[in-house]
Amino acid sequence: MVIVQVIVGGLLLGAIYALFSSGLTLIWGMMNFINFAHGEFVMLGMYVALLVVTWIGGGPAVFGVAAAAALFALGVGLYSSLIRHVIRGPMLAQILSTFGLALLLRYTAFFIFSANFVSLPSTVLAGTIKVGGIFLPVAQLVAGAAALVLTIALHLLLTRTTVGSQLLAVAEDRAAAMLMGIRPDRMQALAWGLSAGAAGIAGALMATAYPWSPSVGETFGLIAFVVVALGGFGSVLGSLYAGLIVGLIQAVSAFWLGAIYKDIVVYGLFVALLWLRPQGLMGKA
Amino acid sequence: MSRLFTPRSAVVLLAAALLLYPLILPDAFYRDIGVTLLLAALSASAWNIVGGYAGQVSVGHSMFFGLGAYTPLLVYNLYGWPPLAGIPCGIVLSIALALAIGMPTFRLTGHYFSMATIAVAELIRIFTGTWTLVGAAIGLQGPATARGWWDLTFRSELPYYYIFLGTLAVVIAATAAIERRRFGFYLRAIKASERAARSLGVPVRRTKMQALALSAAFTSVAGSLYVMKTGFIDPDSGFGILVSVQMVIVAALGGAGTLFGPLVGALILVPLQTATNTWFGGGGSGLTYILYGGIIVLIARFEPGGLFELWHRLAPHFRKRVHAA
Repeated sequence: MVIVQVIVGGLLLGAIYALFSSGLTLIWGMMNFINFAHGEFVMLGMYVALLVVTWIGGGPAVFGVAAAAALFALGVGLYSSLIRHVIRGPMLAQILSTFGLALLLRYTAFFIFSANFVSLPSTVLAGTIKVGGIFLPVAQLVAGAAALVLTIALHLLLTRTTVGSQLLAVAEDRAAAMLMGIRPDRMQALAWGLSAGAAGIAGALMATAYPWSPSVGETFGLIAFVVVALGGFGSVLGSLYAGLIVGLIQAVSAFWLGAIYKDIVVYGLFVALLWLRPQGLMGKA
Repeated sequence: MSRLFTPRSAVVLLAAALLLYPLILPDAFYRDIGVTLLLAALSASAWNIVGGYAGQVSVGHSMFFGLGAYTPLLVYNLYGWPPLAGIPCGIVLSIALALAIGMPTFRLTGHYFSMATIAVAELIRIFTGTWTLVGAAIGLQGPATARGWWDLTFRSELPYYYIFLGTLAVVIAATAAIERRRFGFYLRAIKASERAARSLGVPVRRTKMQALALSAAFTSVAGSLYVMKTGFIDPDSGFGILVSVQMVIVAALGGAGTLFGPLVGALILVPLQTATNTWFGGGGSGLTYILYGGIIVLIARFEPGGLFELWHRLAPHFRKRVHAA
């Protein structure tokens, strides 16, 4: 029965991985650009949730929306002030821009919030429910379910709406999209907003169930790389499956091998993927 | 005036200043800055071969630095060999690791390489922290007192200073030789456009692999020299991400893909880092990395070529003004 508990816990966390990784894959798919600061966006979402709960109060709906909105604004702002300029520059500038941003955000968070682990007050989403012999904390259940719904919503937004078609059109052919009356810069700013917003709300959801410190961004950034490499670059649906798989693998390896080995297994998986199937499990060759 | 200040005379002046620096400022504080500066310049120059010249941006070069740092202490602790004997072992391991990473990722676009390097470095860092043979989270200790000169364990900073300076000279000389050869032209062609280079018959993958292997070997030596001086290594100071960050920022600030860019970057950043640490005390290290992050973003946004490119752009304006006066 314990293993069922472990598997369910892994899948619930995996749904959150899927949500923030779909933000990374969106940017990669649209502009062939890797955001090294994506994990820091998740970390910022967590602290936004903490600040909102401490100062204003309210439930997950309040701080979740606040984190999404704050990070959406950050994403759009970063696109217009930084990314738009480096994207046509040399590779070095592209990689350095978000890599430097990651350092800046991580150590600013250290400076403001200190290196200590924090968590939301336990009164937010308290309690445990028992389903078929396993115990599930309400917070984990709500966070996982919400992440699953939001990831599917992002997938539907990209595939079933006009805005989604416009985003994909810009990704496909910038010049042709412009001739069709789409403004590429506006669409790419929107993509950065959605990407950072997804990371922010994923962070806020995770904050309800798990403690964190400023250094978690590095881990989440690498996990997002693994999920995207597994799911295929540019595919939100691929991220969803891959996120669940990575969450599951992490939980099971932590259970069998010990908690310190869970990241070794996941990063090892990433290296193996780069060797064997660099286009990802669901990616196009 | 402009004839006196040629590139050649600038290099001679710089070399003379570096040679005389520890003799002019014999204070331990200044010697320590000098040693740190040379080490930063050395690792960044090694990174520069693949990250600057070939344009393959590694953000996990700490893996080679860490291998170079761990291996001498490991052979010392296991077999009692002098740490000096561990340097070639570290080089061999680093080249093997470089080939293992380059083989899959160099078939793909540059982003994969960057992602793979950061993931592999992190994998090795966490793994080292769990492996008791290499000291796990505590790390490894070198010889407490020297059994002979071959242990490279000196009380004074002075021998380290000149060993580091000599090694830096070797790396810069090797890079200068590469610049003039066909290999150097291949690297620049790949950096400018991989597709164009391939269509002109440049063996792209092989050239990138060679650049990475050479860079890994030099970075490993830098790691070995670092550990000779500190006599101690742990997962974070060997494989930590900040080790890689330092190499990238030092090279990029001076000018990635230029011969003296890494040295210039180190000449600016290391004193700056010492200053922030001195002003802000123990809490200063966090501020240093905020500063680093900010500098990296500014370089990427405004001057990806680093200070050297800025100088080349601004120098003609200065010259005009001198002529007008």
